[in-house]
Amino acid sequence: MKQIDHPLPYASWETRGFWEGAGRGELVLQRCTQCGLVQHRPRGLCAHCLDDSHLEHFVASGSGTVYSFTVTEQNQAKGFVEACPYVMAFVTLDEGPRILSVIVDCEPDEVSIGARVQADFVSQGRDDGETFAIPVFRVK
Amino acid sequence: MTSPNFPRGAAIAGVYEHPSRFSPDKTEFQIMAECAKGALDDAGLQRSDVDGLFGASMTMGLMGIVDLAEYLDLYPDYLDGTNIGGSSFVAHVAHAAAAVHAGLCNVALVLYGSTAASHSMAIGTGGSGGSRNPDTAFSAPYGMTTVGSYATYANLHMDTFGTTSEQLAEIAVTMREHAALNPLAKMRNPITVNDVLESRMISRPLHLLDCCIISDGGGAVVVTSLDRARDLQKQPVQILGCGEAVQHQGVGYSDILSIAAKQSGAKAFEMAGVKHSDIDLAMIYDSFTITVLATLENLGFCEMGEGGDFVMNGGISLQGSLPVNPDGGGLSSNHPGMRGIFLVIEAVKQLRDECGARQVTNAELALAHGTGGTIGDKHSGATLILGLDR
Repeated sequence: MKQIDHPLPYASWETRGFWEGAGRGELVLQRCTQCGLVQHRPRGLCAHCLDDSHLEHFVASGSGTVYSFTVTEQNQAKGFVEACPYVMAFVTLDEGPRILSVIVDCEPDEVSIGARVQADFVSQGRDDGETFAIPVFRVK
Repeated sequence: MTSPNFPRGAAIAGVYEHPSRFSPDKTEFQIMAECAKGALDDAGLQRSDVDGLFGASMTMGLMGIVDLAEYLDLYPDYLDGTNIGGSSFVAHVAHAAAAVHAGLCNVALVLYGSTAASHSMAIGTGGSGGSRNPDTAFSAPYGMTTVGSYATYANLHMDTFGTTSEQLAEIAVTMREHAALNPLAKMRNPITVNDVLESRMISRPLHLLDCCIISDGGGAVVVTSLDRARDLQKQPVQILGCGEAVQHQGVGYSDILSIAAKQSGAKAFEMAGVKHSDIDLAMIYDSFTITVLATLENLGFCEMGEGGDFVMNGGISLQGSLPVNPDGGGLSSNHPGMRGIFLVIEAVKQLRDECGARQVTNAELALAHGTGGTIGDKHSGATLILGLDR
């Protein structure tokens, strides 16, 4: 099993807080101090208040629980072909929202729904010379 | 009986399923045009009668519906290029019924065509390559395939309710039994539960035979007023109820086991004023075996978590308590990328008693439910309840 060559993300103005945090090794979420909503994925405003004036970024714990997952045995996309089988998972973060990621450095059979996991960050170079880090998770 | 929402009645007057499963010599639009001819002939209408055009496809882009009108040299009064994935055509029929009822058009043509097989589209397992779109940045790095998304749903369902791979396999086996009775079906050789379980694993817990096939094909549906349909050559099939819904990750808290069918189905049943036990057959989008199970539960044909028992022992076979997909579905008959239109076409043919060996006896009321997108991640759902004009 080869490591995934992740297609690296492109940030926009409304998602840069998340990706800059990932570059520092921090899982950054957004919170609306008006209604209390913690939202993911990031947006330029609070999705419930439709207002950006009370939206702030904060560093989350990076801890979460596996909501569901699959062991992908076939994916023809570049970067994933040789990495199969790999574990793709939805993780419910302790701060509330769910995030899509992969569970790394374990046998697929070690992953289960409800398992506690912790975010880690892998950085890779992108084809335009930028370096990007993305969150992945490890079983605790 | 007409729907309270369409008190003057809206009806399907003609349908056509393209017989081909592999058409390397045709384009999407050519397939759509051939289907248009077939459905208009079925209704006894002319191309010049069409004043509403509805369509979507895997490759139609911005203004694609205008491109389609140009290809057909049509100048309709009403256009709808809604694309919400494979469920689009189920939604189009509902939109067409509303447009016809409101007097915005009189004869609506709903079209689909695809060369997914002959153009070797990797629909199920080709997902999640790189993209420069920041909106995909939270999924693209992680290799979510279409199968993989459905697999996360299946895994969660198994963990929550104890659903088994054998129960999912039974769905594939039943669809293959139905396909054996459909001369147009692509896969007609019988399979067993063991064949499904021993087929290659694609994304755990879904095996190769838990996945739909990929074919070419297309179809067309003609919607008009009930009065007009009564003057045409085929028995009208009424649109009695409809509903649409979405489910997605939202801001990260949605209950993924509750799929769009829960909301769209409830609306369609309420509109039609019928009970689940009144439904004689169901056309359920079967991109994967788990899609059928999840849809039956969320539509309310059984409780959440009881879908596994519901499909066992021939429960969804032609002789079962609820015959599902008598044509063999996407798992065995055809799946040219977006399958919604065939759900409507087969429901209409069944209600008109035209299905020969695979005919459901005394079929008077049918439900069609399309799913577009992926139920583990985000998707649309569209439900129709169709009945004979009585």
